[in-house]
Amino acid sequence: MADDVFILGRRCLNALEHFGEAMMLLARIFRAFPMIVRSFRLIFNQMMEIGIRSLPLVFITSVFTGAVTAWQAEYQMKEYVPMIFLGTGVSKAVFIELGPALTALVVAGRVGSSIAAELGTMQVTEQIDALETLAIDPVRFLALPRFVAGLIMLPILVIFADFFAMAGAVVVATQLLSITTATFWEGVKIFFHVLDVMAGLVKAVAFGGIIAFMGCYFGFTTRGGAEGVGKSTIKAVVFSSVLILITDYLIATLLFRV
Amino acid sequence: MIDIVHVKKSFHGVQVLGDVNLRIKRGQATVIIGRSGCGKSVLLKHIIGLLRPDSGEINIDGHDITSFSKRELFELRKRFGMLFQGAALFDSMSVGENVGLGLREHTDLTDVEIAAKVRQRLKEVGLPGIEEKRVAELSGGMKKRVGLARALAMDPDFVLFDEPTTGLDPIMADTINELICALNRKTSETIIVVTHDIVSAYKIGDHIAMLYEGQIIFNGTPEETKHTENPIVRQFITGSSEGPIQAL
Repeated sequence: MADDVFILGRRCLNALEHFGEAMMLLARIFRAFPMIVRSFRLIFNQMMEIGIRSLPLVFITSVFTGAVTAWQAEYQMKEYVPMIFLGTGVSKAVFIELGPALTALVVAGRVGSSIAAELGTMQVTEQIDALETLAIDPVRFLALPRFVAGLIMLPILVIFADFFAMAGAVVVATQLLSITTATFWEGVKIFFHVLDVMAGLVKAVAFGGIIAFMGCYFGFTTRGGAEGVGKSTIKAVVFSSVLILITDYLIATLLFRV
Repeated sequence: MIDIVHVKKSFHGVQVLGDVNLRIKRGQATVIIGRSGCGKSVLLKHIIGLLRPDSGEINIDGHDITSFSKRELFELRKRFGMLFQGAALFDSMSVGENVGLGLREHTDLTDVEIAAKVRQRLKEVGLPGIEEKRVAELSGGMKKRVGLARALAMDPDFVLFDEPTTGLDPIMADTINELICALNRKTSETIIVVTHDIVSAYKIGDHIAMLYEGQIIFNGTPEETKHTENPIVRQFITGSSEGPIQAL
């Protein structure tokens, strides 16, 4: 019993220590924000890596997300809801929830793991120490560009994801569910609110920051060679995914008060 | 001058540096020898401010850097160059980008001027024309030499070497030693080398200091080292398994 309490206490202390370290890193990233202009080339490179190179993955996941949403919405609605509301239901689901959340989760898998693995490898091979010896702040040089690129590129990816998902939904609705294009878009327009799209983009900014930050934090705190890099990569993806879902809920409760 | 005074450092309750005292004069090549894991690299990281001691002072030209802020440490490090044991080259960059990174970040030189300096430094370490190569394409010896070129790119006052010859064949090790000696002859840079390679120590060092059980137990010229009566130093330089140093 005493051992269990001791272990629990130690785990709590470890968690607090991690939280404190993470907050300190976040503070250092924000303190480095005035150096954004100087880091423009690095930010641009990361925008390409996080954004442009994620597009094919976002395309595939979004098209099928839209397609399956349309298919299953029709299955659930066909007996008691007029089909004009299929477009309404699909667009609301995609703009508010599925676009930002699923895009963030797949980007967390691709980009969060990549950032953690890259920075983790740099940590265990002394490349981060080498940066320090060259009088270059690793937070400014490595974390800031990734964080800023995450904040900028996730909303852009979500705009693409919304577009691809709606395209997938339209194809399924018109080609497989015998709903006309006009009916589908009429349904989208009836209850369209700009707030829905904006809420999705606000979420995307937060998700982009979470993905990049978790990758950087677990990358910088990597210890112990290849095994450590592997563990950091897993932690970056797991913590990003969990935080994305929690943040999703918190933002939804703030923006959509009942 | 670098003056290390009563420096102590522990990691998770294990004392690595017990009470280190060492004075390194300007322009001198000092080699710190000792067994693997005795704390040589830890001491080197203290000198460049990558680690802070639990107690004690590290004075660089009269300024105790243990109380320096992060910003002051970054300013100080512009006067340092360091070659890491594994070279620690940035593998996402080309050789030229590695060597020129410090110049790009801290000087107003144009791209053309940086390229010229990079070319010159690579030529000095015997690797002309490899600016465009990726780090993954280099052998171990080439990586060390590129690391040396990077360390020297900013014309530092102090150059630190962490096991510069470890993992290299004897000929490549001698090439690296020659480069370090040439650096010492040509410039007024202060050189600190940590190694357990006694051949390198004799070749490079104006002074040799031995770190043992967290303390500097010997400090003398290579000649004094060869003729010392200290049984620990004698055992280490002769590479004998018999003696006061216990093989683990």
